[in-house]
Amino acid sequence: MTHRLGLAARTIVPGQAAGTEEILVHGVAAVCDPLGGLYLPESGTLVVSDLHLEKGAAFARRGMMLPPYDTIATLNILAAVISRYDPKVVVSLGDNFHDRKGSQYLPADLRAMIGSMARGRDWIWINGNHDPDGTTDLPGVCTDEFVHAGLVFRHEPSLISSQDRARGEIAGHLHPSATVRRRAKYVRRPCFATDGTRLLMPAFGVLAGGLDLNHKAMHGIFDRTALVAHLLGRDRIYSVRYDSLLG
Amino acid sequence: MDLVEPQSSGRDAVLLPRPFLKWFAEKGWQPRAHQLELLARSTSGENMLLIAPTGAGKTLAGFLPSLTDLTRRGKIPPGSAFTGIHTLYISPLKALAVDIERNLMKPVSEMGLAVTIENRTGDTPQAKRRRQKLTPPDILLTTPEQVALLLANKEAERFFRDLKYVVLDELHSLVTSKRGHLLSLGLARLRKHAPHMQTIGLSATVADPSDLQRWLVPQGSKEGEEPAPEAGLVHVQGGAAPEITILDTDKRIPWSGHVSTYAIPEVYEEIKRHKTTLIFVNTRFQAELLFQELWTINDDNLPIALHHGSLDVGQRRKVEAAMADNRLRAVVATSTLDLGLDWGDVDLVVHVGAPKGASRLAQRIGRSNHRMDEPSKAILVPANRFEVMECQAALDANYLGAQDTPPVGEGALDVLAQHILGMACAEPFDPLGLYDEITSASPYADLSWDMFERAVDFVATGGYALRSYERYAKIRKTQEGRWRVSNPQVAQQYRLNLGTIVEAAELNVRLVKRNTKGTVGRGGMSLGKVEEYFLEQLVQGDTFLFAGKVLRFEGIRENECLVSNAFSMDPKIPAYAGGKFPLTTYLADQVRAMLADPHRWQALPDQVRDWLEIQRERSMLPRKDELLIETFPRGQRFFMVAYCFEGRLAHQTLGMLLTRRMERAGARPLGFVATDYSLAVWALNDIGGMIDDGRLSLSDLFDEDMLGDDLEAWLDESYMLKRTFRNCAVISGLIERRHPGKEKTGRQVTVSTDLIYDVLRSHEPDHILLEATRRDAASGLLDIGRLGDMLARIKGHITHRDLDHVSPLAVPIMLEIGRESVPGEAQDAVLAEAADELIAEAMG
Repeated sequence: MTHRLGLAARTIVPGQAAGTEEILVHGVAAVCDPLGGLYLPESGTLVVSDLHLEKGAAFARRGMMLPPYDTIATLNILAAVISRYDPKVVVSLGDNFHDRKGSQYLPADLRAMIGSMARGRDWIWINGNHDPDGTTDLPGVCTDEFVHAGLVFRHEPSLISSQDRARGEIAGHLHPSATVRRRAKYVRRPCFATDGTRLLMPAFGVLAGGLDLNHKAMHGIFDRTALVAHLLGRDRIYSVRYDSLLG
Repeated sequence: MDLVEPQSSGRDAVLLPRPFLKWFAEKGWQPRAHQLELLARSTSGENMLLIAPTGAGKTLAGFLPSLTDLTRRGKIPPGSAFTGIHTLYISPLKALAVDIERNLMKPVSEMGLAVTIENRTGDTPQAKRRRQKLTPPDILLTTPEQVALLLANKEAERFFRDLKYVVLDELHSLVTSKRGHLLSLGLARLRKHAPHMQTIGLSATVADPSDLQRWLVPQGSKEGEEPAPEAGLVHVQGGAAPEITILDTDKRIPWSGHVSTYAIPEVYEEIKRHKTTLIFVNTRFQAELLFQELWTINDDNLPIALHHGSLDVGQRRKVEAAMADNRLRAVVATSTLDLGLDWGDVDLVVHVGAPKGASRLAQRIGRSNHRMDEPSKAILVPANRFEVMECQAALDANYLGAQDTPPVGEGALDVLAQHILGMACAEPFDPLGLYDEITSASPYADLSWDMFERAVDFVATGGYALRSYERYAKIRKTQEGRWRVSNPQVAQQYRLNLGTIVEAAELNVRLVKRNTKGTVGRGGMSLGKVEEYFLEQLVQGDTFLFAGKVLRFEGIRENECLVSNAFSMDPKIPAYAGGKFPLTTYLADQVRAMLADPHRWQALPDQVRDWLEIQRERSMLPRKDELLIETFPRGQRFFMVAYCFEGRLAHQTLGMLLTRRMERAGARPLGFVATDYSLAVWALNDIGGMIDDGRLSLSDLFDEDMLGDDLEAWLDESYMLKRTFRNCAVISGLIERRHPGKEKTGRQVTVSTDLIYDVLRSHEPDHILLEATRRDAASGLLDIGRLGDMLARIKGHITHRDLDHVSPLAVPIMLEIGRESVPGEAQDAVLAEAADELIAEAMG
């Protein structure tokens, strides 16, 4: 993840889209960005998921003094993607804050930073399991579910058995990551995961971590024969079919 | 006339109370000189260090001052005021504390002494612990962690105020680790509660006794204060010289690798010839493999067992009990058996693989023949040709009595943070007072006030420049300027997370049945624990060796790794893992000296001697303080091999740094591999040619300045640094191992320390925890200290040989290159083929 921290520190030229991967989800064109955002060019929508802002502070409240820099680091990356695409709509797919108190106790400078990012665009906060009550004193709308641009945005993915719900669903929650094995070397990275019908977003927060696509929590989400992992690389997206992850 | 008589009626009678004299006489023994000397000097108030070989009656010696004092004191009449413990015995191993209780109770009850002895370890039931606090025994046998726990208690002062003696067993192994740092801080606190308490250190071999002698006493911490005189020393020279041989074999000694499978039949014959054999190996993988191989040829069904730290506790205890009862013929063991446990009648120690250090060898050989006057018997089984030299060097060292225990080292900052929190849990502390106390502990004698304040700040709020956690502070300053814990949960958290041993994230391995549908059931026997990183490379169906069985990996369910019986003899995933311990500086020196001196080759087996002879013809052998660099082409690549002999860790660091520099110089390096003895780098461009025509300068390449910017740049991405950081984060209390109410496994850590590391590095690179990490890495995983020493030593002493093809000395490391990534069975044949070609080329 060091590269994401480093990348955000560099100046991002607006409109530049190096190393991205263009895909279709339920017929809607989408761009997977190596910084972890999904951009829908037709509707000018930027999607990010699982920011887990104030995770450090959430732990500090329980006596573990994690570095208080995770929120600023995550927001720096978010600012970078926003300036890259200048979206009309930003959708944050839930677990926006790591706990219920997160947005309430958010330091003023960080609150202002979100404010300036949201200026001139619509901002949708999807409620997640970590922050089911929505955000406090922040611009934007809080909702459990958002239907927009031919897709449906919710935090937790529906099971594949409920076909209709799953179709065109963009969800987060599971923090997908994938492991690629070649010549006995293993590389594990967060990824966008999609079977063409629906898509799972990688976690955007710098302290969020990942869960392997093989984990049992991922069972019953995808048609695995069509599943592709778009891994976040240093400067680009690497797209690997699920079947050939391990070589 | 009885010769013993005059001695025992003289000096002994003064020192030893009647029951002791009677007991010695009844046994037909007499107290040994060192036991009496230790007793006399302790009784007169000296702190003492006893260095003695195994079997010298060290334990009894250590307890004599305390037992005699307690005997003179007599039984405390019922109804007397509270009396705290009299003697604290601290050992690095739980099992040792239990073992000592048994060994000590015997003479105590035979003498009829009114002395109460109890142990207290992590396994002691709650009820007994509570009772111990109300009615302490005279002698408490325990571990460093328990001492820290007791000291963090509100009643510590009451419990320890009557303390007279602290006996520290296996001191040599305690002091060099973070546990030793924690213990040194504990001692400083004990001295505060009981200013007149005395220390008695018991130790096996050490390089520098004065390190330990200083460790045992308070350092002068306040300005102008004189340090206490270092502890007195009683040094018992070794008993009968051990009979150590290197396995004499007509089989071909392998060129590389770490498992001595070639020698299995010969080892088995030795087991048959002896009553009980202890077989030591360096890693768990070696233990597993050897155990399996032995059972394949165990036609006589000899009881041979396996013992290593990852096995289930229940299984380990069974092996230990069987061992004590002499029901086993052999045990294959790792360092879990290293320390001074008393094991039945072992009459042979076999050491498979090189011991990596002369002191470790001495310690392990001491397991055999636990009586000082009989020689112990040991056979060394080197796994490859360099190890033959290493074994020979260790063997020479043992006869010379040379020792190479690592130095005590500077006190770690993460341990300091843990201790500070513990002290706040005991009672609100005055920072100046605590600073003086801490700097009286020898590892922390040089701790600056500034660093101490940063550590306190770290404990309180994480110590970040961005001060956003003030409201969540774990400890707060009172109006009187004392630091106290903010709430009782903090103390509870401390107790749950105390300790300095951080295990790699491990999963429990559970044996389950695979049914016909291919799904697996629940339940089944727990086999032990295996590191998470090892499991990460497995896919369902892969087979591997564990707990002496070939197992089939079925998957991970919650916190458990599910496996089934593989019904196969050949595990698919190779268990190659190099030695856990790097070659010690001392042995490395000896191996270099042996290489340089053909006279010393006489002691080596013919095949090894031939190998060196041919090397001398084809290339050269470096002088003792010279660094030989060979370059040669092979396949489509150009190789450079540096024979540094500084241990794998230092070589790995060197490899990372060298390849960066070679990259800049345009040599286009592709990779490197490091062993304990040498480092090989391969590149697309002709390294040898570049050196010859001056495009690449070896003296620049190996210049000490690589430890500056290159090191910094590399550390940014180093995986090893992240692992070190994880340990520091856990020990310092930044990350909890266990949270109140969720007291389960190491996997409770719900946030990745790698991610924390990245965030912290990019926002506050000089944070105290990163400082702690860098210090640890310098001496630990990266071995930067040793690398620095080597670079200084070889300056102006680099010799380059540009060869047409691979040299004999290079063969072992060239074989390691293929080995790093060879899963599967068929590849072994390929590997053997490739290996034979390579050898033919070098020797032909």
